[in-house]
Amino acid sequence: MATIHTRKFITADPEKCVGCGVCEYICAFEKEKAFNPLKSRIRVVRLDSVINLAVACRLCEDAPCVAACPRDALTQSEETGIILVDEDKCNGCGWCIEACDYGAIMLHPNKKVVFTCDLCDGEPKCVEWCPEEALDFVSKDILAQKARITVVKRLFQEAIKTLG
Amino acid sequence: MFGYAGRILRINLSSGRVRTEPLREEFAKKYIGGIGLGMRLLIDNSKAGVDPLSPENPLILTTGPLSGTIAPTGGNGHAFVAKSPLTGGVGEAKSHGFFGSEMKRAGYDAVIFENRAEKPVYIWIDDDNVQFMDAKHLWGKSPQETEALIREELGDYYIRVAAIGLAGEKLSRIACIMNDRTRAAGRTGMGTVMGSKNLKAIAVRGTKDVNVAQPDEFLEFVKMLHERMKGPATTKYRTLGTPLNVLVHNALGALPTRNFTNATFEGAEKVSGEYLNEHFVVRIVGCSSCAMRCEHIAVVPEGPYKGTTVRVEYEPLWAFGPHCGVDRMDAILKAMELCNYYGLDSLSTGNIVGFAMDCYEHGILTKKDTDGLELNFGNADAVVKLVHMIGRREGLGDVLAEGVKRAAEKIGKGAEKFANHIKGLEMTGYDIRGLKTAAIGYAVSFRGADHNRHGAYGLDLKGTVDRFKVEKGRAKLVIDIENLYTIIDSLIICKFSRGTYYDGFEDLAKYYTLATGMPMTAEELRLAGERINNLGRLFNIREGFTRKDDHLPPKVMSTPIPDDTVSKGSYITQEELDLMLDDYYAARGWTREGVPTLEKLKELGLEDLAYIVKNKLKKESGKRKKEVN
Repeated sequence: MATIHTRKFITADPEKCVGCGVCEYICAFEKEKAFNPLKSRIRVVRLDSVINLAVACRLCEDAPCVAACPRDALTQSEETGIILVDEDKCNGCGWCIEACDYGAIMLHPNKKVVFTCDLCDGEPKCVEWCPEEALDFVSKDILAQKARITVVKRLFQEAIKTLG
Repeated sequence: MFGYAGRILRINLSSGRVRTEPLREEFAKKYIGGIGLGMRLLIDNSKAGVDPLSPENPLILTTGPLSGTIAPTGGNGHAFVAKSPLTGGVGEAKSHGFFGSEMKRAGYDAVIFENRAEKPVYIWIDDDNVQFMDAKHLWGKSPQETEALIREELGDYYIRVAAIGLAGEKLSRIACIMNDRTRAAGRTGMGTVMGSKNLKAIAVRGTKDVNVAQPDEFLEFVKMLHERMKGPATTKYRTLGTPLNVLVHNALGALPTRNFTNATFEGAEKVSGEYLNEHFVVRIVGCSSCAMRCEHIAVVPEGPYKGTTVRVEYEPLWAFGPHCGVDRMDAILKAMELCNYYGLDSLSTGNIVGFAMDCYEHGILTKKDTDGLELNFGNADAVVKLVHMIGRREGLGDVLAEGVKRAAEKIGKGAEKFANHIKGLEMTGYDIRGLKTAAIGYAVSFRGADHNRHGAYGLDLKGTVDRFKVEKGRAKLVIDIENLYTIIDSLIICKFSRGTYYDGFEDLAKYYTLATGMPMTAEELRLAGERINNLGRLFNIREGFTRKDDHLPPKVMSTPIPDDTVSKGSYITQEELDLMLDDYYAARGWTREGVPTLEKLKELGLEDLAYIVKNKLKKESGKRKKEVN
């Protein structure tokens, strides 16, 4: 069983994300065979021309959306941590939407049930397509590792140059 | 329909009547979308001689068959078309960002704004629901403020807005229409037409699917373009961006400086793309669905214009920089930001400021005319002040807001000699005195002075041809690019992506077919490009344009380049211009007066527009017979 330490999720690097929304297009196409960002599981926020970031489900431990559902329509996969929606039980009441701090679970524009990122069976299309390589499919532990390596590299820029 | 939404929305701003009409497949294939579709709708929905600022001049907004799809750069474009208040001919301007894709998702290939609203309004297009909203509280606000206020008042952050600023409201003829804060449908005064309709803004939210005919093949094609966009064809746009041109043009003696007095600029280093990237650019962002990302966002870190934030491209940088003799980047960026704020075409505005400086240097304008501003070339702070005056139409700014051609007429005293425009549209940042292939494209462009209708400067700058020579056969090269560029603007893909369609029309035809399901061959698409170019010509002929209107700016034909550089001494004579035009008209299959023949119209499937040329052709053939006798 995957723990919160090893579960991989979709993350966007704020340094790299340019807000183009290719992830939204490819997600909606992969899941619903249509070009429509409203059907995307990942969403881009552009607050200003210089402030852009894509946001998707972060696979919280004891996910608040699951806890908030009064109809037990949501469950969290023990294996991957993704949120599973029982479309027969969900009536689109939106308690889960209120409970999510990240806006990562949304009401479907046509089906009137909620939907969220399912990681494309471990091969997320958005990560594959991101033209800026700003998206990563990664666990929180590895994310921290990467951040550490980046910062150390930055500190030792000159030394790395000499090493070739 | 695939690719297309299949609907045209017609909004009568006077009566409040709103209706949709179907977009016929055959019609769509013939005119593609964007400026092609827009110009055809303009011809069909306006009468000859219509006053551009009267209610009878429709403002047409179009998307393209790729808008709203994942097509890189194609997914996000839109165009405005109307009779231009600057040129009196066809006006058209494209923009990218996020607005066009939203419009497509709302389900429209085109929106025709007819007539004039009694009082300021904005139109709220919420999928099928179209509402007229009071815009009293938005009047006087900048496009950026308008965008934010509309989102707040309608309570939806994802609403996209295209709006005019003060310039459009005050019917400045160089007003643009802005969307997504920093993007502009800039040229030919489309914001002026919008202002004349009391239309402050168009707000749209679209939630519908956009479907393509062959989705899997389409995606494969897009994936390939993504790879190409990471390659050398787009390196320029991803690194220094178009400001790279500054030093390139300067080295080649092709950087118009001080209103075309010189062709090299001693301060070029300080206004170069290199300097800009190092000191001012904080981030490079992208439009919806684009894999390239080109939008260089610059922030002024210190000094009197600290905090100025603006997207930078070469043309406005040139217009407020070298063209005004200004080498202070902070002031240039401020002037550009102000253009966004007032909703002014930054290219035309910079051109006009340079013109005013030239007049001042020659004593045609004095301190009395300028409210004390010392408009010497190089006075960076005066440039910023004058942009404020143009935006608000205060003092001299009121005259200058009329565009360089009309301003020169009003100022008189020989100011016309310094007014660098073609057909009334202000000149752009290529010194065509020494770029004589590009000069052909500039002279004949249907929207006036423009590098983007033909891109023929590429042939000159890359040395494909001898750029100082005028010779027969050159026009054919220009026409090939013109036809391609017209298709680029009709599909509405971005010109920055042009290098990624390795097989030109072949690639684009495939793109079109995969999206729409309507089979299109490369030759059919080339023909559509030719058709749309003829369409622009026909509109202008209908409005009374003749060979005389295919002219070049006065300085280009009067002032040899004085600088000690490769282009020294170069300029264009009347004889050379005549040779260019004869060559061009012949290659286009037009008469010596530049009128498309009936045979040409038939070949292009434009027989129904023969009424525009019939009398002119008769007159010309009569005249020729007389000459022969």
